[in-house]
Amino acid sequence: MLSGVFSLLSALLLITLDAVDVAFTEAAVGAGISIVLMLSTLTLTSRREKKSKNSNLIPLVIVTLTGLVLIYGTLDMPNFGAADTPSQIHVAREYIKRTPEDIHIPNIVTAILGSYRGYDTLGETAVIFTAGIGVLLILGRLSLRPRRRTKKIEKVL
Amino acid sequence: MITWEFIIGHLNYWFFIVLMMTGLYIVIAKGNLVKKVVGLNIFQTSVFMFYISIGKVIGGTAPIFPMDMKINNDVVYSNPLPHVLILTAIVVGIATTSLALALIVRIREEYGTIEEDEIFIIEQELDFSNTRSNTDKPIGHF
Amino acid sequence: MKHHLILRVITKLLVGPIMLFAFYVQFHGDYSPGGGFQAGVIMAVGIIIYGIVFDMEHAKKVLPPWFVHKMLAFGVLLYTFTGVISFFRGQNFLDYSALSPHSAIHGQHYGILIIELGVGITVSGVMIAIYYAFGSRTSEINDAEW
Repeated sequence: MLSGVFSLLSALLLITLDAVDVAFTEAAVGAGISIVLMLSTLTLTSRREKKSKNSNLIPLVIVTLTGLVLIYGTLDMPNFGAADTPSQIHVAREYIKRTPEDIHIPNIVTAILGSYRGYDTLGETAVIFTAGIGVLLILGRLSLRPRRRTKKIEKVL
Repeated sequence: MITWEFIIGHLNYWFFIVLMMTGLYIVIAKGNLVKKVVGLNIFQTSVFMFYISIGKVIGGTAPIFPMDMKINNDVVYSNPLPHVLILTAIVVGIATTSLALALIVRIREEYGTIEEDEIFIIEQELDFSNTRSNTDKPIGHF
Repeated sequence: MKHHLILRVITKLLVGPIMLFAFYVQFHGDYSPGGGFQAGVIMAVGIIIYGIVFDMEHAKKVLPPWFVHKMLAFGVLLYTFTGVISFFRGQNFLDYSALSPHSAIHGQHYGILIIELGVGITVSGVMIAIYYAFGSRTSEINDAEW
């Protein structure tokens, strides 16, 4: 349940970062689908975890070290919200400039997703399709066809 | 080099790294498999926020033109490219989470538990009994 | 869920507007935040909330599992077919300007509309199929213990 609250809060944060499409998707996915999946899994497995006997010191040390290395990596990065960084100048400006001429729709994110980077979206649809097939193979019956075949064999016999 | 402006400008990255490390800690330290998946979700979400905060321009607005397409050339837009990449990443994230939870349900049905240490012990016992029965068979038998 | 009256009434009122909102988000993805993924997820949530509050068997009567499985594949095929159609007009794969002979911009509009439809159908099919798969396993903890 709290993971749903976490998703909604992160969606709010994303709105303040001007990412409205992403906030929409995160709110819908996090508060809609993830909660249903987690609760279904908890219903099918146990409700409480058992106490772990290992010490928590080693994970804490590993996590602190990784965090320090990552913070050291961000010391080179540009300040938050700067407009003249390499990530803002080269490709993004081209997309914003050419969308009214080439595609003429208001939503730039849909234009990039659908037209400029349409091949990636095809791959991602294939990924979600594969995940659906995987869950069906692991957890469900895929089709009821075999029953009909046995009926035919009974008729012949 | 460590000025006040530098710290304020990098504070968002450090906050998101702290969130990431919280998620990573949950994945490493907890033994229950469902908690690991929750930790993975927290890690993923904080990575998304980190990535999108790179694309934000102060004084900019959401990358959507006005509906009648009368474009004002003075308006600054935030970078739309990270939004596109993160949209794909969110959908891939739920695909992975649903597959992981389906596997957990099957593990529970097969082993009777979802604690990592108990599964480890059960696997060890299975391996031990497999090697013991293998030495009893004659060599040409498959 | 027989004893939760408020949930049942509110769900009956809400499922229609949820589906309508899903269609709105799908087809207005060009003009406002939205698009295929969000619309697919919202449509699936409409069906899932109906299946949770009322019995899942009723939801399976509305959308039988074989139909949902066909929906999964149909979305991906629609997307790929849009790309392949441009082969027949001599352009590259997924080049939308080949979809409309007289104007390249109209071709882009058609192309984006059709592929977002394909993505929306696949995503909603996957979410509903996953919910059916999780829900048809018999659970070990019965309702009274919760």
